Amino acid sequence: MKILVTVKRVPDPESSIKVNPEGTGIVESGLKWVVNPFDEIAIEEALRIKEAQGDVEVVVVSVGVSESQEQLRTGLAMGADRAILVKADRPDTAAVAKILVKLVEKEQPTLVILGKQAIDDDSNEVGQMLAHLLGWPQATFISKLTFAGDKASVECIREVDGGMETIAFALPAIITADLRLNEPRYASLPGIMKARKKPMEEIDAASLGVDLTPRVRIKKMAPPPARTAGRKVESVDELINALQTEAKVM
Amino acid sequence: MANDLSPEHEIFRNTVRKFVETEIAPRAREFDKMGRFDKSLYRKMGELGMLGLRYDPKWGGSGLDWSFTAVMFEEVARCDNAGVTMGISVHTDMATPSLHEFGSDELRQKYLVPSIAGEMLGAIAVTEPDAGSDVAGIKTRAVRDGDDWVINGSKIYITNAATADWLCLLAVTDPEAGYGGFSQIIVPTNTPGFTYQLLDKIGNWGSDTGQLFFEDMRVPISNTIGEVGRGFQQQMMQFQDERLIGCVSSVAGSTALWEKTKQYCQERVLFGKPLSKMQVTQFKLAELLTELTAARALTNLCVTKRVAGLDATLEITMAKIFVGRVVRKVADECIQLHGGFGYMKESAAGRAYVDTRLISIGGGSDETMIHYLAKMLGI
Repeated sequence: MKILVTVKRVPDPESSIKVNPEGTGIVESGLKWVVNPFDEIAIEEALRIKEAQGDVEVVVVSVGVSESQEQLRTGLAMGADRAILVKADRPDTAAVAKILVKLVEKEQPTLVILGKQAIDDDSNEVGQMLAHLLGWPQATFISKLTFAGDKASVECIREVDGGMETIAFALPAIITADLRLNEPRYASLPGIMKARKKPMEEIDAASLGVDLTPRVRIKKMAPPPARTAGRKVESVDELINALQTEAKVM
Repeated sequence: MANDLSPEHEIFRNTVRKFVETEIAPRAREFDKMGRFDKSLYRKMGELGMLGLRYDPKWGGSGLDWSFTAVMFEEVARCDNAGVTMGISVHTDMATPSLHEFGSDELRQKYLVPSIAGEMLGAIAVTEPDAGSDVAGIKTRAVRDGDDWVINGSKIYITNAATADWLCLLAVTDPEAGYGGFSQIIVPTNTPGFTYQLLDKIGNWGSDTGQLFFEDMRVPISNTIGEVGRGFQQQMMQFQDERLIGCVSSVAGSTALWEKTKQYCQERVLFGKPLSKMQVTQFKLAELLTELTAARALTNLCVTKRVAGLDATLEITMAKIFVGRVVRKVADECIQLHGGFGYMKESAAGRAYVDTRLISIGGGSDETMIHYLAKMLGI
């Protein structure tokens, strides 16, 4: 079995993000970059399937700048077998999904696991778009994945509003990982060193014959308004009044 | 780090950072209260390959160079507990280098392999009540009796005193032989005749520091690291790594404190505006980072030389003196910028004030360093 896992290069969630003066994006210089945390969970799930079933190849894929190699190397260091980098300049979600369709056609995986969303733009779209374009079943926001005995289908528990939903479907399929699916392992130093020798293929997005024209345009980016100072109220009545008339939360 | 770092360095940095943020930092104050680190975490560090960076893969190490050591301690030092950082570095780079370099295969198998795996913890036992930076003044005596050393004496200010499984002990094996009269001997801490007493330090609360007592303690002669009589020279080499690790982690820890202080100054409003908008604060913060950057540059020069396999004794000696002074100054000024809160034990600045005081003493006092430096310069 082959599992394709997507890996996105995102700013470290611990770093402080600043919007650039033009309001077109964030200031990228000096930022530390990491693997999107939900993608780490996706990698971990693929590795656990590999460890449980044996004959599984885990391929990590990234669509983006050349530097995404570092995040792919992290996936290899965690234990993935090989990596594919599709070089593309700031593709939008639809373009990423279309690129992934080409890779799926080429690689013929049984399962594609994605993080439920990337923590940079929080779009939460690629998995769903990919499932639609391929016409494959999908389970998004999953917190548990179980293979059927014949390994031809899976059962997933999804985290939905107000509870858990259990769904089962035949493979091949698209899965997107939620926070509670697993706790990803660290890339150990021996793993990091082994990853140096693992194959990494580079593909130019333009060579895939996909329309990369952005469908989404960022018109303006602005930091959230600064929090204004709080004030002390004299009585409960005043508090309730303020919550009703000023904050408008009651 | 000044060197060109590979993706592997960055991935390793992320791993250590995540480990530190998840496993150590959230429990930093707990370790202070315990007066020691959670020893079980060494196993996890062993699995991640953190405990044998520069050691031969034959013994479970990774065969890498000093640049990885620097990356690791730049990150470990951000664990918010200087005592824990010290305990870890004592194990990885102060107690084990001689064993790795000069130990017999049998000794390495028995002590180095489990130490790199995190199953055993080491300590370095050199300093004595009457001999600290003046190493040649130690009195702990190992007398040959058949196939054993019989050891009597005591050591003081020993890190990992309560938790160590073995000591890299420096003892006098021939009082007549001058610098050729010392030997490094591995002593398992379950040896009869070994006892310890914990010491109460003003800082570095997260590490167990103690006085060790040896009373007719018998260990096999085969536990000697390298040749009998080469202990002094071997220990001097081991000290170089100790001092450089101290510089790397002090600069990183101090930089983290500077960042915290900057943030505090940006949030703390006084007389209607944030502290950071007052020129006196701005000048102070800018000057401190300038000095820290200089300290980092000197430290990186030492690392670069070590990576290139060059002798860096002169630069490490200079760095030890300079870094100690800078980080102490940063801690002092950061307390001032924090005001009353800075004087509380819960404040990072307050802790740094007592923690960094050690840098100018441990691993050779400033005065000893300057004395060596002058000698090296032929003055």
